[in-house]
Amino acid sequence: MMRLPPFRLLRPRTAAEAAGLLASSGTDTLAVAGGTDLYPNMKRRQVTPRTLVSLRGIDELRGCRAGEDGELRIGAGTTLRQLVADPVVTSHAPALARAAALVSSPQVRTVATVGGNLCIDTRCNYYDLPEGWRASIGFCLKAGSDVCRVAPGGERCWAISSSDLAPVAVALDAHVRLVGAGGERMLPAAELYEDDGIRYLGKRPDEILADVIVPPGRGLRATYRKVRQRGSIDFPLLGVAAAVRTSEDGACEEARIVLGAVASRPVRCLEAEQALAGRRLEPGAIEAAAELAAAVAKPMENTDLTPLYRKRMVQVHVTRALAELTELG
Amino acid sequence: MSELSVVGTRRPKVDAVAKVTGRARYTDDLRAPRMLAAKLLRSSRTHARIVRLDVSHALALPGVHAVLTGADLPIAYGILPVSQDEHALALEKVRYAGEPVAAVAADDEETAERALALVEVEYEDLPAVMSIEQALAVGAAAVHEERPTNVHRAAALEFGDVDGGFEAADHVREDIFFVHGNTHVPLEEHATLAEWDGSKLTMHTSTQVPHYLQRALERVLELPTSRIRVIVPALGGGFGGKCDPFSHELTAAKLAIVTGRPVKIALTREEVFYAHRGRHPVLMRVRSGFARDGRITAMEFRCLLDGGAYGSYGAASMLYTGALQTTTYAIPAYRFEGLRAYTTKPPCGPKRGHGTPQPRFALECHLDKVAEELGLDPIELRRRNLVEPFSWTVNHLRITSCALEECIDRVVEASGFEEKRGRLPHGRGVGFAVSAYMSGAGLPIYANELPQSEVQIKVDRGGGVTVYSMATDIGQGSDSVLAYLTAEVLGLEPADVAVVSADTDLTPIDLGSYSSRVTFMAGNAAVEAAERMRALVLGAVAEQLGLPLDRLVLRGGRALDPGDPESGVPWVEAIRIAAASRGPLVTAGSYRPPDLAGPYKGAGVGPSPAYSFSAAVVEVDCDPETGEVRVEKVWVAHDVGRALNPLLVEGQIEGSVYMALGEALLENHAFRDGVHLGPSLLDYKTPTALDMPEVVSIVVESDDPEGPFGAKEVGQGVLLPVIPAVANAVHDALGVRVDEVPITADKVIRALRQGRVGPKRLPDFPFRDAVRVDPPAQWRAAP
Amino acid sequence: MTERTLLSLRVNNEEATVPVAAHRTLLELLREDLDLTGTKHGCELGECGACTVLVDGEPQLSCLTLALDAAGREITTVEGLARGADLHPLQAAFVELGAAQCGYCTPGMLVSASAFLEANPAPSRDEIRAALAGNLCRCTGYVKIIEAVELASARMGAT
Ligand SMILES: Cc1cc2nc3c(=O)[nH]c(=O)nc-3n(C[C@H](O)[C@H](O)[C@H](O)COP(=O)(O)OP(=O)(O)OC[C@H]3O[C@@H](n4cnc5c(N)ncnc54)[C@H](O)[C@@H]3O)c2cc1C
Ligand code: SF4
Ligand code: FES
Ligand code: FES
Repeated sequence: MMRLPPFRLLRPRTAAEAAGLLASSGTDTLAVAGGTDLYPNMKRRQVTPRTLVSLRGIDELRGCRAGEDGELRIGAGTTLRQLVADPVVTSHAPALARAAALVSSPQVRTVATVGGNLCIDTRCNYYDLPEGWRASIGFCLKAGSDVCRVAPGGERCWAISSSDLAPVAVALDAHVRLVGAGGERMLPAAELYEDDGIRYLGKRPDEILADVIVPPGRGLRATYRKVRQRGSIDFPLLGVAAAVRTSEDGACEEARIVLGAVASRPVRCLEAEQALAGRRLEPGAIEAAAELAAAVAKPMENTDLTPLYRKRMVQVHVTRALAELTELG
Repeated sequence: MSELSVVGTRRPKVDAVAKVTGRARYTDDLRAPRMLAAKLLRSSRTHARIVRLDVSHALALPGVHAVLTGADLPIAYGILPVSQDEHALALEKVRYAGEPVAAVAADDEETAERALALVEVEYEDLPAVMSIEQALAVGAAAVHEERPTNVHRAAALEFGDVDGGFEAADHVREDIFFVHGNTHVPLEEHATLAEWDGSKLTMHTSTQVPHYLQRALERVLELPTSRIRVIVPALGGGFGGKCDPFSHELTAAKLAIVTGRPVKIALTREEVFYAHRGRHPVLMRVRSGFARDGRITAMEFRCLLDGGAYGSYGAASMLYTGALQTTTYAIPAYRFEGLRAYTTKPPCGPKRGHGTPQPRFALECHLDKVAEELGLDPIELRRRNLVEPFSWTVNHLRITSCALEECIDRVVEASGFEEKRGRLPHGRGVGFAVSAYMSGAGLPIYANELPQSEVQIKVDRGGGVTVYSMATDIGQGSDSVLAYLTAEVLGLEPADVAVVSADTDLTPIDLGSYSSRVTFMAGNAAVEAAERMRALVLGAVAEQLGLPLDRLVLRGGRALDPGDPESGVPWVEAIRIAAASRGPLVTAGSYRPPDLAGPYKGAGVGPSPAYSFSAAVVEVDCDPETGEVRVEKVWVAHDVGRALNPLLVEGQIEGSVYMALGEALLENHAFRDGVHLGPSLLDYKTPTALDMPEVVSIVVESDDPEGPFGAKEVGQGVLLPVIPAVANAVHDALGVRVDEVPITADKVIRALRQGRVGPKRLPDFPFRDAVRVDPPAQWRAAP
Repeated sequence: MTERTLLSLRVNNEEATVPVAAHRTLLELLREDLDLTGTKHGCELGECGACTVLVDGEPQLSCLTLALDAAGREITTVEGLARGADLHPLQAAFVELGAAQCGYCTPGMLVSASAFLEANPAPSRDEIRAALAGNLCRCTGYVKIIEAVELASARMGAT
């Protein structure tokens, strides 16, 4: 039986208290929400924190509400199951609900949280296996040795951002409210991530993600497509989030295309977005944008199926995502 | 056999309520007083010499009771007498990453794990050997140094005039295929609980073969079998993955003896992937000659198996890749060359279909390609070559009942195959294939003349019947089948029959749950035992009542004259009468298959007292842009001889279809840099409920003359045709060929660009000249 | 050695109070401390669903749930589905249709399905598939399991 390593469990009542505990307890302390990412990692001894700060008892992290202007606030402690079913979410940010419904399995979604999903560890098939297995490949950078098995020449870790919600949050131009030991701040979702498989979060370790704030839609339509090998219990091999706003005459006023699972953070396809600007979402324009999107994706040999295939799929699924949005419009 | 009251009816399994209430106890659910937990230290190297192994620090850890290394269990073992090449713990070198090197028994698993970290092992690395090509390459590192090459077994056999057959052919075609290999993934992780009382060892363990395990324990522990009791609690799936004696079983036994305390070892999921014994990767070349009308004139198969580090069942697996091609088609001349190579990976062994799904995939895809070239309908091509019922094959296999043609008719009609083939929109397609499988291997694993299955029946004074059999219910329902058969013969309800199974102290021999042998063999033994009980009881009743014996039957809980429903006595009364005059009401029956092996070395693999036959149609929806293959529906017709319980037959069909689809599209037991690519349920993709299509099961009954009430196997055969049917359907949908499984989306995309994905050549190997075997006397070339 | 906290919870309608360490999972608590071995495990990493139990009526993986997080909660395991001697309609349907082969996935399947039917008494076949998509089975191909859930739902709707 795979068992958890021993730890001490703390149960703060507020986000600030949690942040204080994280700040004062040092690197051996981690926050945990649903635990569906952290506990397997701990059982595999990828991390062995001495202390866990449970966010489960923090009321202020719960609930989703829409402001009068249409701004949507999602408490980080909202479970994915709640997110999928919440009418406020399904009406204001259906793409987020759709992405959440595609995460893992029903049982995991019962406890998995939005905050945890946005902060899950990056993944790599040289890393997400039990300790004995990792020893047999001689470990890797992320596991404390000095070489990356995927790109042995380099100095960095290429583990993959595998959250299904993250690309959607970035495409919706969401912000996150962070509560740290020293106070609060707001951060665009895109800036929550660093392009590094080890230090993948652009926040301090003591900062608690308290809310996800989705700005009022103002006509933005969004969707999410997930590529995986089987119908559930499968991380994305590729996630494509796309959001567009079109004018009365169908011209594209704003487009955001974000790829998940192709790099250590969600990747925005800026050139593809620009190529759509001012154009109608017609097959020619869509195809051109999809080609540009594929160009920025540099999948590595560290998850299922081949990098070449995954790169090819970027084009297919960006095309389909944009076509879907055209139909929705 | 006109009036059957149990056989043929849909009814629950005898253990169903225990399984839905959580009452069924599996091995890891058991606990014994003062039980210790043990863990295995596994090799972190793929192929290496053990230079130093120091367990002193581990032994010194408080809470640790014993530590074992290879030197403590030095006797080699293996499931087949010809391959005694395994050790419970690695002796001088390790041959795959994950091979057990040391074992620790401690107060609990956590302590055992901490102790494992304190074991010091120093390795000297040797080159890894990770494929058939690498194993056969000149200068390859030797996996077993005492052997001159990495060839574990090789065979070359020829039946009939093969060269003549090719010369006479109007058309010859050759194709190359590869099956990547996959593993069973029983949902229950293997576990074992060993207890030693000072003179006797008792093992509760998740095995499909208690008798063979008992023999391995006897050998390795040097204990007489009278001192070894093996009991199989409820078993959470096997599929062939629990058919070998395993390291954890032998070490737990030894640790129990050393510590004098009960010892449990429960494998983690990762370790189950290392225990493996799954489907061999096989590289295959098939060549065949055809007359213009589509009749096969000759066929040749060359199969190269990647065996992994140890023998396991491999000598048999290798021969199985050649044996059963002739059981569906009347092939007049047939050559087989097979080879199994050692590689530095977890050993392969028997998985559902044992050695036959790989060549069946090759054969059925090959035939579709031939049909295309000859301009023949693929089904017509097959029809022109079908075996006949009650015939012999050129390689000395005896075919008895055979409803293959009916299977084809029914499945083609139900699926609308002919209307769909080549006519569905681009991206949609249908595929077809057939197969046959054994109802039990004709020969036991170690040579002996004894029955392969024995059953005892005891009747108590209250009328309760107990059936004793070592057959192991792995979920397929063998306990239920024994209850049904006994109840049928004795005119009772299955609920009146208790089954005591899979306990080497209490039950008479059965060789185990493999090769689909249990229903046929234990079933026949049970029928014989029950018939003897019936004769005994009716004889006594006839005497007592002064009725002629031939007028009496057991039916509906009475011994009566069927012509006079008011006659006779209730079962309980009949029992009293019989016990008074006949003494203890105990009977036994046994079954030994007829001697069917042909006159050549290797003939022990393939014969079976009866074969099941199946035909499958698969309809797929392929996305030409993403390469994703979605199976829309599967139709299967299966000749099971007689469905003892149609519900269980359907369950086996559906489960086989499921497992076949996983193998065809998803599952791959893959390695990278000498290490298993992903020993977890997240990385190794088994289909979920969302991936499973609708299955139409058509049960065909051919009433086998030798099967119990006419029954034949159903547990494995259905898996075989489904895999090639998927590949053929993909071809129908997209016009391209993926000649290897699994057919993953990336391969489909590559095939769309290149026309075909698959192996291009086989590595050279100088097979000896084939041993020429004359066809059996009963064999006649088709007119 | 490790600190233990006294944990109180309700399991299958019975109070239980057990000292547990923080790192003990609900799976370990049920199987090893409370002897409720009906709940199975096939990976202990959240990947198979065999360990599914209900926590306050919602299906969760007990292998990824801290025992301490079950404090004050109502836990239902497969042992708690039957009403006395009467099988739950799902259990009865699984028996009748042969939906349990080896039976190892069965407890988790039943628990998932029972919560699902509670929330969605008349589901479509696709909804059933989706609801059971976190429970792997290697024996049945899910066919009889899905049929059994349909049968139970029809019967529960009828009463
Ligand atoms: C079998 C399986 C399949 C999965 N499949 C998918 C999938 O397909 N897609 C997917 O996206 N995920 C998947 N996951 C991962 C995971 O279940 C989800 O991402 C889930 O949403 C994580 O949320 P959690 O609350 O359980 O996170 P936790 O495990 O509690 O936390 C994850 C990380 O986030 C940190 N964290 C949590 N909450 C906060 C917060 N409020 N502020 C700051 N830091 C925080 C934790 O410290 C930890 O480092 C899968 C997991 C499993 C076991
Ligand atoms: S990308 Fe490289 S360093 Fe990062 S986890 Fe994978 S192998 Fe390790
Ligand atoms: S044991 Fe597999 S999900 Fe919990
Ligand atoms: S019945 Fe065996 S795993 Fe489902």
